Amino acid sequence: MNSELISLGESLADFDNFGLSVLVKVLAILAVFFVVPLVVGYMEHKAMAHQQSRLGPMEAGPHGTLQLVADGIKFAQKEDIIPTAADKWVFAMAPGVALVPGILVFAVIPFGPGLWAIDLELGLFYALAIGSFSTLGVLMGGWASANKFSLIGGIRAAAQLIAYELPLILAAAAVVVQAGTMNLAGIVGAQATFMIEGTSINVWYVFPQALGFAIFFIAAMAELARPPFDMPIADSELVFGYMTEYSGIKFAMFLLTEYGGMVSMSALISVLYLGGWQIAPGVALPGCAGAGLFDCGALGVVMGLGVMLGKIMFLSFLMVWARVTYPRLREDQLQKMSWLVLIPLSLVNLAIVAVGKVVL
Amino acid sequence: MSDLATPQEAIRPGTAPGEDIALEFRGTADFDTSEMTLSIGPAHPATHGVLRIVMDMDGERVVDARPVIGYMHRGFEKLAEHRDYRQIMALTNRHDWLSGFNNELGVAVTLEKILQMEVPDRAQWIRMLMAEWGRILNHLMFVGSYAIELGAITPMFYAFREREDIQHLMESATGGRLHFTYNQPGGVKIDLPKGFLRQSDELLKLVRSRLPDYFDLVLGNEIFQARTVGIGPLDPALALRYGVTGPTLQACGIAEDSRVTEPYLKYGEIDVEVPVGRNGDAFDRFYVLLHRIRASLDMIEQIHDAMPSGPVNVKLPKMVKAPEGHVYGRIENPLGQLGYYLQSSGSKTPWRFKMRTPSFSNVQVLPHLLRGTLVPDMVAVLGSVFFVVGDVDR
Repeated sequence: MNSELISLGESLADFDNFGLSVLVKVLAILAVFFVVPLVVGYMEHKAMAHQQSRLGPMEAGPHGTLQLVADGIKFAQKEDIIPTAADKWVFAMAPGVALVPGILVFAVIPFGPGLWAIDLELGLFYALAIGSFSTLGVLMGGWASANKFSLIGGIRAAAQLIAYELPLILAAAAVVVQAGTMNLAGIVGAQATFMIEGTSINVWYVFPQALGFAIFFIAAMAELARPPFDMPIADSELVFGYMTEYSGIKFAMFLLTEYGGMVSMSALISVLYLGGWQIAPGVALPGCAGAGLFDCGALGVVMGLGVMLGKIMFLSFLMVWARVTYPRLREDQLQKMSWLVLIPLSLVNLAIVAVGKVVL
Repeated sequence: MSDLATPQEAIRPGTAPGEDIALEFRGTADFDTSEMTLSIGPAHPATHGVLRIVMDMDGERVVDARPVIGYMHRGFEKLAEHRDYRQIMALTNRHDWLSGFNNELGVAVTLEKILQMEVPDRAQWIRMLMAEWGRILNHLMFVGSYAIELGAITPMFYAFREREDIQHLMESATGGRLHFTYNQPGGVKIDLPKGFLRQSDELLKLVRSRLPDYFDLVLGNEIFQARTVGIGPLDPALALRYGVTGPTLQACGIAEDSRVTEPYLKYGEIDVEVPVGRNGDAFDRFYVLLHRIRASLDMIEQIHDAMPSGPVNVKLPKMVKAPEGHVYGRIENPLGQLGYYLQSSGSKTPWRFKMRTPSFSNVQVLPHLLRGTLVPDMVAVLGSVFFVVGDVDR
């Protein structure tokens, strides 16, 4: 299905000069990784503040827009404390081990027509596999800190990852079945041509797979340890979980991993369920040929990027909203919810989608 | 204690601490595990103060818990022996810093008992008005902090928004925001400022209109219910044995409240509603706390209507001296029963001054509630047995 669309995936940064092409891609990924999470973080500050009848940051820059930059500078200046009892190498490596996979995920995420670094055939597989590496860094940090609170936090994070990786992958598998490809750009293309059976009304996968969307969203929040699933951090029980002993730039790296994860997960959700950079179902980007998703002019590329970033921001806002509203779940309730509710439901979802694909 | 109401419904069977939780961890029995001792506090976000809890843990399960108190012992009882009675009032609104007005009211009531002093009507109604606003101030703080311990941050900001308004109102009459020192033997220091009752009435309407937010956002929240229902159930008999009072006792279904059972001031002349829970678990304790705010608002409305005119204090000698003898005065503080035992040798300072503070008794029952819980439940239990560490350690 749509094999001609899938093969259209050529990155805008593919030049004749291989070295230049790699350089541009690396710089672009780093720029996205260091800028978009800051914007999401600022949005979180403000969205939380206004829901809690307060103003949030107001001093650094107009309306506090530079607050997170100021925070970054502050973190860089702080003393880097390593506890005497800590396993120093593991302790120092842990933030990096958590951060790097977070950056690598961005390599395959399509931010617009042609706006991706690599067009992997197994893009979704790669994103989910690499993304879960971050937990290794969390576990390392929890173990190496030589602190009981950190240890409990690290172990909770590992348990949470094991429990929520399954519903996440099963929900994504249903999308793969429906789209017939693991290529992320291909999934976007498949959604643009997906019609309700017997009509010519174009819908995104969130419509036939609303259940899968809900499962993926919940599991993604749990993977990121965002409230109400923030048991690995649980500041009222575990002080700050695996981050308790970290300070300065290492602490900032853990934080950046969390916000980078929010961005990449939101991007994945919008690619899998919300039509990627498509403005609305059945609406082509201005200046684009064909199905209106690939082969675009400059205007189309910019519009596509804007739409994608808007969707990322919206999904991140939903995560922030949940944080403002809900208390934290308990560890055993979290496990129960995954094994007894989400995994069976995602299997049902997968079965329905597979049967629908064959029968219809 | 005088007449106690009986619990309305029996405690649900099979909810002894740890009974249901043990099942969920049966799989770990084969491993060779050893217990870990974890010291929560004295500086830890969950203990809001410097309470320390030494826990023996098997994984996430608490095998045993021992509260260690005394990190904030400031020697109030001894200090009071060297202060005259008006200074003692300034002293006592500091041991439980969240219910300053009620503490000094307790001293005033005790002192007037031994002095056999007639307090003007208006002073008594003003004291009741302030005491109820003070109760709401205290409860709002616990509403916010309990939610934050369970991981919900928003109720804290809501609670502080209301607290700010109430503190502003009380400041206009007393001059203080936290430590009011508004009482004096025989009345209150000065009369209410002009327009105070109107402002108080407006604030009453405002707080009442915002109260449903707390019920919806916290009490009605599915995750909040999952975290608190059936967690740390307190047996009424055990609660009485330990001298647990206030919302923690009322959550067990016992409507003991000295405003009703032994009315002081003019509480006999208004309707005092005492909300009670059924199971005595963390949810019921929080439920009672929220309903006590609502009940206090109703009381404030009645007090507004009944407020008489007249003098607010009596002329005092330069130095107040209690006659020789001893007296025990008790009032209903926001957290439970507050009692002051005063022994006087007839001089200007007490010979002995002992406090019976609600937080102290409430904390003692903690080991029974914590045994067999999980670490997250530890926080849910700790926050729901309402206490202020300064009130525990004095």
